[in-house]
Amino acid sequence: MSFLAATGLAIGSAWALYGVGTALVLAGALGVVLLRNPVHCALSLVTTIFGIALLFVDQHAYFLAAVQIIVYAGAIVILFLFVIMLLGVDRKEARAPENVRLLVPMALVVGAVAVAELLALARLQYWAAGAKSTTQSLSGPGSDIQKLGQTIFTSYLLPFEMTAALLVIAIVAAVALVRRRSQPPPAPPRKSAGALRHPARAPEAPGAAVRPAATAGAGRSAAAATRSPAAAASTPKTSNETREGRAVS
Amino acid sequence: MSGGTYLVAAGCTINDITGKISGLCTAKGSIHISINYPALVPFFVLGGGALVVLLLSAVLPKRPYRGLWAGLTVAAGVGTVVDGLVQWQQLNGSSVTPVTLGDQLFYDHMGAFFAVLFGVATVAGAAISDGYLEREGLDGPEPYVLMLSCSLGAVLMADAAGFVTLFLGLEILSISLYAMSAYHRWRAASGEAGLKYLILGSLASAIFIYGAALIYGATGSLQYLGVVSFLADNALFQNGVLLGGMVLVIVGLGFKVAAVPFHFWSPDVYQGAPTPFVGYMAAVAKAAGFAGLLRVLMLALPTLESTWRPIIWVLATLSVVFGSILALVQVDLKRMLAYSSISQAGYVLIGLQAGTAQGVRAVAFYLFTYTFMVIGTFAIVGVLQGRGEARNDLSAVRGLASRSPWLAGAMLVLMLGQAGIPLTSGFLGKWVVIEAVLGQGQYELALIGMLGAAVAAFFYLRVALIMFLAPESPGAPAGGAVTLSATGGPGAATAGGGPSDGGPESSEPGDSGWAAGAGRAYSGSDLQAIVTAGLSARDRALALRPPPHTRVRVPAATAAVIAVCVVFTVFAGVSTPVLSWAHAIALPWSA
Repeated sequence: MSFLAATGLAIGSAWALYGVGTALVLAGALGVVLLRNPVHCALSLVTTIFGIALLFVDQHAYFLAAVQIIVYAGAIVILFLFVIMLLGVDRKEARAPENVRLLVPMALVVGAVAVAELLALARLQYWAAGAKSTTQSLSGPGSDIQKLGQTIFTSYLLPFEMTAALLVIAIVAAVALVRRRSQPPPAPPRKSAGALRHPARAPEAPGAAVRPAATAGAGRSAAAATRSPAAAASTPKTSNETREGRAVS
Repeated sequence: MSGGTYLVAAGCTINDITGKISGLCTAKGSIHISINYPALVPFFVLGGGALVVLLLSAVLPKRPYRGLWAGLTVAAGVGTVVDGLVQWQQLNGSSVTPVTLGDQLFYDHMGAFFAVLFGVATVAGAAISDGYLEREGLDGPEPYVLMLSCSLGAVLMADAAGFVTLFLGLEILSISLYAMSAYHRWRAASGEAGLKYLILGSLASAIFIYGAALIYGATGSLQYLGVVSFLADNALFQNGVLLGGMVLVIVGLGFKVAAVPFHFWSPDVYQGAPTPFVGYMAAVAKAAGFAGLLRVLMLALPTLESTWRPIIWVLATLSVVFGSILALVQVDLKRMLAYSSISQAGYVLIGLQAGTAQGVRAVAFYLFTYTFMVIGTFAIVGVLQGRGEARNDLSAVRGLASRSPWLAGAMLVLMLGQAGIPLTSGFLGKWVVIEAVLGQGQYELALIGMLGAAVAAFFYLRVALIMFLAPESPGAPAGGAVTLSATGGPGAATAGGGPSDGGPESSEPGDSGWAAGAGRAYSGSDLQAIVTAGLSARDRALALRPPPHTRVRVPAATAAVIAVCVVFTVFAGVSTPVLSWAHAIALPWSA
């Protein structure tokens, strides 16, 4: 059995790895929460992810450690940084102070309760029991990466495909939300009738003029309404056309 | 198969005549898993439908045909329903090898039942969305793609045989619903609803996956069957990790079904999100969450039954009590329906609490009938609220019986159904869940359920009262059709005031109109006191506002959905085919 034959050095290095990894994870997590500058927060997240990669190394999961660094530290957090930079680092956060004043003690209490629960469970010997875990390479022939790949495309084929579907759906959802339509909502018909009857009122109240004009785009009375110059100016159709015209030219 | 089949390696056989490889094969450089394609048809139909809509929206001109996207979605929903029924027939009551596709998916009666449910919800949801989106100027392919993908996630949740698949289904469902909630571009409340739902929902998903990880840590398996076989072979005396995982999974799924300590998102989201989507969401998210919860608790963790039943007991009690009581003080129709759906979730939890096959079948029946009731109700609210969701308060239904008697009648049936009045499916649903817990000797819970139904009946009947006994105010001064139904009975169908372009609404003497209408049988103040009982002074004024003057226009598809929902609510309440169908579900576990 390999773990009996392990030397003191191996055990010591494993503990050192575990200690360093844990310290990095905790320090990074605290940094994400406590630091003020969002760029620093994102960089702290890199520290956390690096610590997790060390823990994977400690578990002999070298491939996962590499993936952790490449995907999370290398790609995802960098994307975070891009977004932070695009949104502007030096913009002041609009936070309501009274909410924070209430939230901090509440969060502290809840956190303390959670930690106390964990400690109690650990102390009262009610905690860890279950399936045996392994801190070594997976059993059977072949490398870990090969087994991982085979598992993904056999037992986990459906979750793999569904993850792809999930990403597509997330993109569709994001596009559906951010896509701006130049056409405002058509106003109720009775208001448009009012606007037709009193075309002189439209220029007086520009706020109100938008809504009747909006009907014109979709409503049956489009031609009649657009005859009024004020309505025509704010008709969505026109603005749409000019925008398209600009895009073409 | 002939005798030519031989075993190549563990879990891998090759038929040397046909050359067909089956099982998990690593030999000969080939990897193969058996796939039971009939189990995948709902995914192909729903996912394929979503892809077809996406593709057509890319190649067709901007606005091809009115109702094309809704039509395609309805077709996919119908396909799902048909396939669910075909699956049901093929399975024929047996669940011999329910697991397929690398043990990730169940192919069983329960999955087929829920596929039918989600198909129905998709058909109804798409049909009522069409008119709404047209009215709001939001028409486009995106909401239908999201609706189809949401149903896909729901079917995945109901069919999942492991926590990974369940989580993916949950996320597909949730992400679609976040975007659908925020879809109304011109209403700030919609965006707020989407944001709230996104943040709280993501937190719930994180809690869920933490729980799944803890269960994996305790049992070494992510598959329900693996978990249950590990727990059957090993007695865990120190099962803190497992219990923690179970509780966190219950929290994550309890959020989706809006059970009470995790319900805070629901009123805000229901109030802000586009109305037909709310109806769809109330039906699908709840059913999918409960399907997942049923499988996890009944199939994976039956050995912990003595632990989770008290938890579910507490959730059920809180949901029924708080949902019913808080609904009493709501003046916003959608918000009231949100609390009502919380209390309905409590009844489903009561059925789950029984922890028996009878309870599971009661839950299935309840969810199926609730789907019709809630979508029908939100369809009616959607047409009543008017453009821009202008009127969501209780007064929007005021005098509906004279404006549009058919719509009022439909609303009445659906309200009575949700209140659990006899001769409706709601009554049978409540009956079967309470019967299930009574079978387990849970008299307190049955009593709480019945008391909750009594409280809930009040706010459902309040809506009915406002519709029937509070006619429109006769004060509209301007020309056109004067909406005078204060003393007259219900007029012709969709009578209504027509496009009465009268004076501003604020000048109308709302309260005097009320009193005049109610004056024949009751004194106005008595009736006002009954109708507005429990509301704050401000809300009371809101509830007594004069009704909108705009004519209620019901799009044909919406009208058809409402009619079907009403007919089903009565049909399933007075006859037994639906009930016996739900009772015929062959469960994939021995209970």
